[in-house]
This record gives sequence, structure tokens and C-alpha cells, in this order.
Amino acid sequence: MLDARVPEGPLPEKWTRCQFEMKLVNPANRRKFTVIVVGTGLAGSSASASLAELGYNVKTFCLNDTPRRAHSIAAQGGINAAKNYRNDGDSVYRLFYDTIKGGDYRSREANVYRLAEISVKIIDHCVAQGVPFAREYGGLLDNRSFGGAQVSRTFYARGQTGQQLLLGAYGALMKEVKAGRVTLFPRREMMDLIVAGGRAVGIIARNLVTGALETHMADAVVLASGGYGNVFFLSTNGRSCNVSAAWRCYQRGAFFANPCFTQIHPTCIPVHGDLQSKLTLMSESLRNDGRIWVSCKPGDTRRPNDIPEEERYYYLEERYPSFGNLVPRDVASRNAKMVCDAGLGVRGGNAVYLDFRDAIAREGVAVIRERYGNLFDMYERITGSDPYKEPMTIFPAIHYTMGGLWVDYHLMSTIPGLFVLGEANFSDHGANRLGASALMQGLADGYFIIPYTMGHYLASAGPAKVAADAPEAREAADAAENRIRKLMSIRGKRTVNELHRRLGLLLWDKCGMARNEQGLREALEEIPAIREEFWKNVNIPGEPGTFNQVLERAMRVADFMEFAELMVRDALERRESCGGHFREEFQTEDGEALRDDEHFAHVAAWEYNGPDAAPRRHVEPLVFEAVKPSQRSYK
Amino acid sequence: MAVGTISLTLKVWRQAGPDQPGRFETYRAENIPTDVSFLEMLDIVNDGLEREGKEPIAFDHDCREGICGSCGAVVNGRPHGPRRATTLCQLHMREFRDGETLVIEPFRAKAFPVVKDLVVDRSAFDRIIQAGGYVSVRTGQAPDANAIPVPKHRAERAMDAAQCIGCGACVAACPNASASLFTAAKIVQFAMLPQGHPERVRRVVAMVEAMDREGFGSCSKHYECEAACPKEIKVENITLMNREYLRAMVRED
Repeated sequence: MLDARVPEGPLPEKWTRCQFEMKLVNPANRRKFTVIVVGTGLAGSSASASLAELGYNVKTFCLNDTPRRAHSIAAQGGINAAKNYRNDGDSVYRLFYDTIKGGDYRSREANVYRLAEISVKIIDHCVAQGVPFAREYGGLLDNRSFGGAQVSRTFYARGQTGQQLLLGAYGALMKEVKAGRVTLFPRREMMDLIVAGGRAVGIIARNLVTGALETHMADAVVLASGGYGNVFFLSTNGRSCNVSAAWRCYQRGAFFANPCFTQIHPTCIPVHGDLQSKLTLMSESLRNDGRIWVSCKPGDTRRPNDIPEEERYYYLEERYPSFGNLVPRDVASRNAKMVCDAGLGVRGGNAVYLDFRDAIAREGVAVIRERYGNLFDMYERITGSDPYKEPMTIFPAIHYTMGGLWVDYHLMSTIPGLFVLGEANFSDHGANRLGASALMQGLADGYFIIPYTMGHYLASAGPAKVAADAPEAREAADAAENRIRKLMSIRGKRTVNELHRRLGLLLWDKCGMARNEQGLREALEEIPAIREEFWKNVNIPGEPGTFNQVLERAMRVADFMEFAELMVRDALERRESCGGHFREEFQTEDGEALRDDEHFAHVAAWEYNGPDAAPRRHVEPLVFEAVKPSQRSYK
Repeated sequence: MAVGTISLTLKVWRQAGPDQPGRFETYRAENIPTDVSFLEMLDIVNDGLEREGKEPIAFDHDCREGICGSCGAVVNGRPHGPRRATTLCQLHMREFRDGETLVIEPFRAKAFPVVKDLVVDRSAFDRIIQAGGYVSVRTGQAPDANAIPVPKHRAERAMDAAQCIGCGACVAACPNASASLFTAAKIVQFAMLPQGHPERVRRVVAMVEAMDREGFGSCSKHYECEAACPKEIKVENITLMNREYLRAMVRED
């Protein structure tokens, strides 16, 4: 029933063949089509700009005051591309292979191969936009290594690669706004998707300044609204990142795929207290030069510099000699948890050391400052400790979500005309994303895939011709208004944050770095209770028809309360361990994830069945023609 | 890590909307752990307000890692507060003393109308970028990334300027409410790179004109912008922008 529309033919020819077989829209006809883009991160901005350059009428929405603030901006380390500029054996095939393997064989081969293929064009395009990538003295581009790879294929702009790539895409978007082909709607939040005649034809948006609900119609909708990491309350996501737009599409019929695939990033600044609002990531690139260790003595209270070399346990280097500190994120995170659970964490707590002593001795302070200066400064500002003098302390935190709305090879969801890009879709990273691959995927989707597949859709489906006062549009607007009215009428005693934190702690506990059947079943019991408390007892001061930040948060948290249940249900049904999904019942003797390819080599895609019925689990089998799934080894 | 707490008096600008009158309201921030950030301190105060059924203080924020440029307020007369090269979200309470009084206001400028409380409308910055803050390359046109070498020092110089997060602290700090540092940073980024050269003349003229049109003041070299900039963008960028502008004027005739 789920048709992924993967083209026939050998892997390297699939995308070329697909591009040729897709229908085109005549340049003179493109301006007759309107496309809505929700979100202005890397995927949304690049899609908006590229579609507008082709001549489509684009309406772009973002919830920040300007598109440039989307959370892609916070990506630090870099972007992968199979350029092989280092002559170290890289190739499109190797990037494809590393990504499939890194994702623990839970992604679609054809999509991943296309991603690797496109990666090289992204770097070309971003350089042409004036993105100031790091360069060598000869004037050519520099590269660094990243987790899960043994080649240096990561391009970077100091520790601000996401910022620079996003500003490049934002510039392209601004160029198209100036040209009149993009209309920008900042400080708008998508409240619902309008589906009419079996296709996506518009959205309901809330103007966050005035509180007004707006109906926007189009011939197709592109959702690039990011991931759902904030369901855990504490995560490295921006505070406004949410699942609401995707969740509304799910409730309108788009399948949600692999929601339990969440990524825990190994190098974040540890939690400092109950009043913390978010977690801060320290780029994975630090693992190039930093060595990760803990004391051999449980509960060691000595300062790290007082712990002698022979009493330090460099657990990643010892357990994984060939990848060492550069094992993939899921492996690094799980090992940090293991040593901390054994009492070896910093002062017996939940933290491990990331130490630059040897790198500074080898390369000198100046070189380390040039590579990581801004990250070291950020660390010092947050913790008050100087990483040039004393090791950083780090611990894993929720960072990225591989799950998302199900899309086919054209990046179209199960609702015709609704395309999903970037982190919001489930497509390319399987059960674990490799570092420096999110930027690559967001930009591949926006610059180089959607411009083709959107044309094919519009040429095939034709104009939507649904008016803003059509019954479907009015029904969606009414639903949004009713939800707001209901929330505002509760006037209870609990704050939104308090209830969100309760949900987050429960999920971190039972559906975080390690999961088991009993815990997941308990979570399934407890989530509805928290949700009920929310709908009975939340308090939202102020009025709906104003700039009301508590109402904004309440609406997002209300959706997280529903989504959490789907995530836990998916984790429970997937009775295997793979990538970031670690079920304690399924592990090898030395504690590695134990996949079950016979029963779970598939994508789980969930279909909404109304508020009172259980969702239905569909399966898209994953067929591996090019690579043979094996037990991942980074030893 | 410090584990102490401090208590503060806050005088916060409250304003319901752009056309409403504003005023300072006084709040107590009690027992604030010194390792929380300034915005987390505001969260704590807001939490108390919400529990009393009062409207919390509105402020823009998102990444809370000092990179998105959403947050910003003037604290005791200084945009983003007392610590150099630091956004409000990265400012931690260990920078303050127990018993201090903090006056917290929005970024004030004619071109940044107040939306609510500490939230201002900075869309003028978007319009300055729309005037020319990009390279006009279409997706698909680019040559190979290594086809055009860029000397390392010029790439580094471009990156120094490109770090601007568009927060608006430079405007708030300037007695003339000038957007010169913001505009110059973008112009210099592209002036340093060969990819920016074909549009060099057009860009500087269009962006400087847009800046004037939006109602920002001119630069009279107070250098307050550099002192307030969380990314330490240097005023020499403004000098370079002026040179680019002059060069464009001479060439255009």
C-alpha cells in the first residue's frame, strides 16, 4: 500500500532516470502556481528560493521575527560532501555506504544514494553564494573529520557552519522577496493543513503578533518545520522548535514514520539544575582533537588535572581502536551512559571528560583556538570553567530526530501535494544520523530535489482551484479557533512549563537513551494522565487576540502531549535495537545494539485513526540491493 | 561551578503594544542560582507571574546559544548587559551581585518599533538585506567549489564579518541609532570574496540607501556598536563600507 516511488534501474542511475521521467511545467505557466513553504531553516529557505527562481509563486511562513533565526543556525560542526578533495579515498559510494551503515540499515537505499550524489553540488552552490568556508593557505577549501567516517569530508565555517549556510539560503530567499516572487510571512505559526479533493491546498496560520487566524490557499504545500526533540523538554533544540505543524498534517492523513528514532548527541554541556531551560551542544568536531575519558575510580572527587594518566579510562579509544573518539553518536552516547551508570562519571555523576591537553601540547594553543575558539568561549561563558586549562565535562542530550512524516522518493507525504523536507521528514538517516549530515540533507531537499519533484506534481495534478471560503478551509479555521478557545478557557493552576517538564522527564527516563518494555508500558500509562492534567489545569494568562507567548507554548505542548504517546508506542513495537533506538532486551554480549533484520528491516509508518482509536502501523519494507546489512562494527 | 544564589530588583519596561504607553514595573527576582542564564532568570520571574495569573514579560528568544540573534534587551544601559561579546542568553547570573537593581528595556530605535514589552520589530534589517545582501546566483549555476581560490586571510576576514547575528544591539547602542555596523558587516563579507565582486558597486549603493530609507541614523563614530556587538564585529568594517561606497560613487558616473 505504501508506494515509495523508487525508480527502477541500478542505484547510480535512479535519480538521473527519475529526473528525466518527471514532467515539467512550462516556464510561462509556473507563475500560475502558488506553493506554500512552512519553515525557513536550511530546507525551507533553500526550497523557497529555488522554487521562486524557477518562477513559481511562493508564500513562505516562519514563526521567528525573521527567517534568518530558524534553528539550522545553531548547527556548528560542518557539512559533508563526497568531494574527495583530500585524496583519501572518498567517493559518492563511500558517503552513501557510511550513511546507510551509520543509520544502522534502517533507511532507504535510493534516497541515501541520491543524497550522497547531490552533496557535491551543495558545496559548489554555497561557495558561489559567498559562504565563507574555512580555507587552506593555497586558497582552496579545508576539510575536517567527523564521527562515523574514516575520511575527511566535512566542510566547515569555524564552529558556525549552520549559521553561514543558513545565511546563504536566507540571502537567496531575500533576493527572491526583492524580486517579488516570494511573499514572506514572519511571526506566523501553522495551525492546520487544508486538504480538499484529496490534496493539500493550503494552511491556516496564526499571526503571532495580532493573534488573528489567516487562511492561505495554494496548489501545493511544503512542510519544512524541523524536528520534535523538544518533546523531551530539555534538548539542544531552539525553544520554539515543535511538532505541531507535522502533527496537524498527521491528523489530516499524513503517515508519521519511525517516531521512536531520536538522536542523543554525546557532547553536550551537562544539566546544571532544575531551572535550566535548554541544553547546549558542544560540536562533535571537538572529538577530532579532544579525548574522552573518566576516572577508573568510581565517585572520584579529585579535580581532573589531579587524576594521573594511569588512572584515566579512555573508554572509547580502548573499546573501539579503529574509530576511537570518532565513533558514531549513538555509540558514543551509549558508552557515556554505561560508564556513568557504573559510577565512573565525573564525581560519580552524569558527566565525562573531554580533554584537549594532548592536542594543545601537540598542536599549540593557537591552532586549537583557531579550530574551536568560539566553542571554547561558549563553554567558558556557560560553565565558568576554562577548557584550555581544564577538561570540559560533557554528557549526552537529545539533539535530533530521525523520525518524521513519511515521504516517498519525491519527498511527498501520503497526502498528495504535501511535501516534507529536512528534519521534518524521516527519510535519509535511518536509526542514527551521522554528524554533518543534517545540513547536507536539508539543503539537498531544498535546493536540488523539491524543484524537480514539485514540477512533476504540479504538471500532473494541475491547479487546485480551491477558494479560501471552501468548506474544507472553513472547517480547518474553525478547528483552530476552537482549540484556542478551549485552551484559554481552562484557567487552571499549572504553568505550561511545569507540565511540559513533567512529560519530558518521563520520556527521558523511559524512552531516552535506553528503553525497555516495562518502562515503555509505564510511559503509555502515564502520558494520558499528564495530558489530562494539562487540559484540566493549565493556566494561560492574557488574551488570545494578542501577542501571547504563553498561548504559543501551550499549543505546542498540547501537541507534544499527544505525539509523545505515538513515539512511545513506536518504541514499544520495534522489538529490536538499532542506532539511537536501544532496547535493553536486545543487545549483544558486549552491549552493542542488536538488530533484528528478519522482523524489523522496515519503516514503521503510523496512520491516524481519530482521537479515540489506536493508530494503525503500516510497514514499508527496506530492500538492500547494494549493501548487505551487517552488525555495525567500529572496533 | 558556583552554586550560590542572589536576589535582585528588576525594573522592567512593560508595554502592551506599539501604540500603547509603556512604563517601568518593579519585580523581585528572589534566590536566583548564579549558574542560570539571564533569560532563565526572566523565566523564573515569569513563572511567578504566570502562577499569579498575570501576563509574563514578553521577550524574544530561541536558540539560547548566542547564535540566532533573537534575544536582546538593554540591561542597565548596555545592550545584552555588562559582559563583552555575549548575548543575553549567554549572560549568566554569576556576573551580577546579590542585591543589585537591574533596569531592563527593549532595544530602542525609531526603526525598531516596540511590539510588546522587550520585543521589538527588526524587520528593517530584512529589508536592508533584500536590497542586496546576497550574491545573485541561481541554484544550479555554480562552478566547482575549488574553481576559484580565495586567499585564506581574505576568507577569514569575510568570516569575521559574516558572523553577525542580526540582533540589533549595534543600533540600540548607537546614540544615532545607526545600522552602519550591521550593513557594513554584510557588505564587507562579500567585498572580501571574489564571488561578491560582480555586484560590488550595486550592492553597497542599494544597501546604504535602504539603511537610510528605514530611518536609521548615520554613523558619527562613537564606536558604541563595536562595544555592544556580541560577535565582536569591528568598526573598521564601517570604514571599509564607506570606502566601497565612495568607490561606487566615483565609478558610477
